[in-house]
Amino acid sequence: MAFQKVWVVAEAFEGKPLSATLELLTKARELGATVEAWCWGGDVEAYAAGLGEYGASKVYSVGDVGGVLPGVPVAAAMAEAVNGGNKPDAVLFSTGYDPRDIAGRLSAKLNVGVLSNVVGLAEDGTSEHAVFGGTTVVRAAFSGDTPYLYLVRPKSFAAEPGGGGAATVETVSVPDAGAANGAKIVQRHVEERTGPKLDEAAVVVSGGRGLGEAEKFSMIEELAKLLKGAPGASRAIVDAGWVPYSYQVGQTGKTVKPTVYIACGISGATQHMVGMKGSKNIVAINKDQEAPIFSIADLGIVGDVHKVLPKLLDALKNRS
Amino acid sequence: MNVAVCVKQIPDPATPGKLDPSTKTLVREGKLILDDSDAYGVEMALQLVDKAGGGEVTLVSMAPNSEVSGLRTALAMGAHKAILVSDDALKGSDALTTAKVLAAAIQRAGADLILAATESTDGYTGTTPVQVAELLGLPSVTFAKHIEVDGSTVKVNRQTEAGFDEVECPLPCLVTVTAGVVEPRYPSFKGIMAAKGKPVEELKAADLGVEVAVGQQVTDVAPAEERQAGEVVVDEGDAHERIVQFLEQLKVI
Ligand SMILES: Cc1cc2nc3c(=O)[nH]c(=O)nc-3n(C[C@H](O)[C@H](O)[C@H](O)COP(=O)(O)OP(=O)(O)OC[C@H]3O[C@@H](n4cnc5c(N)ncnc54)[C@H](O)[C@@H]3O)c2cc1C
Ligand SMILES: Nc1ncnc2c1ncn2[C@@H]1O[C@H](COP(=O)(O)O)[C@@H](O)[C@H]1O
Repeated sequence: MAFQKVWVVAEAFEGKPLSATLELLTKARELGATVEAWCWGGDVEAYAAGLGEYGASKVYSVGDVGGVLPGVPVAAAMAEAVNGGNKPDAVLFSTGYDPRDIAGRLSAKLNVGVLSNVVGLAEDGTSEHAVFGGTTVVRAAFSGDTPYLYLVRPKSFAAEPGGGGAATVETVSVPDAGAANGAKIVQRHVEERTGPKLDEAAVVVSGGRGLGEAEKFSMIEELAKLLKGAPGASRAIVDAGWVPYSYQVGQTGKTVKPTVYIACGISGATQHMVGMKGSKNIVAINKDQEAPIFSIADLGIVGDVHKVLPKLLDALKNRS
Repeated sequence: MNVAVCVKQIPDPATPGKLDPSTKTLVREGKLILDDSDAYGVEMALQLVDKAGGGEVTLVSMAPNSEVSGLRTALAMGAHKAILVSDDALKGSDALTTAKVLAAAIQRAGADLILAATESTDGYTGTTPVQVAELLGLPSVTFAKHIEVDGSTVKVNRQTEAGFDEVECPLPCLVTVTAGVVEPRYPSFKGIMAAKGKPVEELKAADLGVEVAVGQQVTDVAPAEERQAGEVVVDEGDAHERIVQFLEQLKVI
């Protein structure tokens, strides 16, 4: 089917739409005649222009949801619009904390399925999914009622402005969701982090179990800083508690596509590779010549991270 | 306090996954095991019931071929009983259908708190638990890295992009847990023996009044484009120079 109207669930941070949102708007523009976005939170007016530039003609603003987790109120408002006759053919969500909640809630409310982990989407609504560590592509299609709900992995599509004007903002009230709307945020904790974000950095330097101990992750951080990049990690060292989950690259972590990805002491498990094999250039340092990471590296160094990295850090420091 | 835990029984992730060429869905034949991701929910439930000074932990699972191996593992950890929904009619169910089945089974069990994993190891849609909550009209808190129950309120540290949020939610509700929430225990020998005698109620979709309707199909399976390997150099003490050159070529430095 050809889509007439596509909704995008938009997320913003510090008054700016997330790149994942702009990617979805770009894709939605390719798919449908009309693109509309849904947002929540206070400063929608401020970034509506940005959403318009990437293709949204209208932004539905649910407004401040009063400190509750957004899943319930946003899905309730969207479902009410659909049931009232304002029905899109498809809704695109990015795979993030809140959009995933909204997608699950909306699916159950409207009794329509969700296709998750989407990495490609054709005009006829067929979605692509990377399985078995990205070695296999599965295509899937909906056969039931619209709207079709797609949960898309960030970095699946490029974000390109379409030159549209500012989107009009329509404030939408939230229907009473009763007891379901009971999860309240009482306190936020923000971890200090400097440098570019992992999924937006041009250079990503990741460390794995081959570093041997948590303290050695400082080499990864130092190298990332020297290259103006972001540090990342394999799940092995996230699970071991060396670094926070937000550093994790892979199937259950972030997808990254930097100009250069440098994997240090990472074996290259399929679940790790699916999150970084889209990088433009890959450098790997591993002492095991047989490590699978070498099968996708543009430059593979068979060596000890404890020998190569200190020398590399010195060489880079001497240049600057 | 009574806690229901959703536990998925999956093919051993250590063995390579396979797709059935005719149905194009994941092959789930053979022995299934408890999804590691769900061991955290089971442990959390046991600890919360213990702290509350009483109550039961009921496992809820949907799996083909009357599979109970994974349930026995969780019962051996200490869960009290299990409800298993196994029905050929449910083969190839999507997340929403699975959620309908689990929601109906949970309703039958009755629970003050429902736990599930943030995402399963084999399906990783991550939507099933929230769909369950919506079907039951309950609030939910996803991505828990710490859970405490205080009277009729659950307090959760919810992982976020920037750090974490402290979230409070009245019971009954559903919480999904991450791997950071607790350290699951290994079943003891005594636990394994006790598990053999614990009740597992097996049901069909019709017993729960769930209508099976699958609204999505796999249309095609193909190998992904391969990425070619480049040059591999053995470090002779000067490999860092090669990396510097490489980065210079790319104008990264
Ligand atoms: C459902 C599921 C989801 C998963 N999701 C993810 C995910 O999102 N991201 C992820 O990363 N993993 C994920 N995993 C885990 C994945 O399967 C691997 O276990 C993990 O990626 C391994 O991490 P690692 O490469 O750091 O450790 P290992 O596999 O232990 O590899 C360490 C490597 O370091 C090398 N080494 C050791 N010492 C040195 C040295 N001195 N110098 C140089 N090299 C050295 C070794 O040769 C080895 O290759 C997932 C697994 C499952 C089942
Ligand atoms: N068939 C199932 N039986 C029991 N629990 C399930 C089942 N499917 C999903 N779940 C629960 O929902 C979580 C998320 O699953 P998923 O939506 O597949 O990522 C799982 O980790 C389980 O806790």
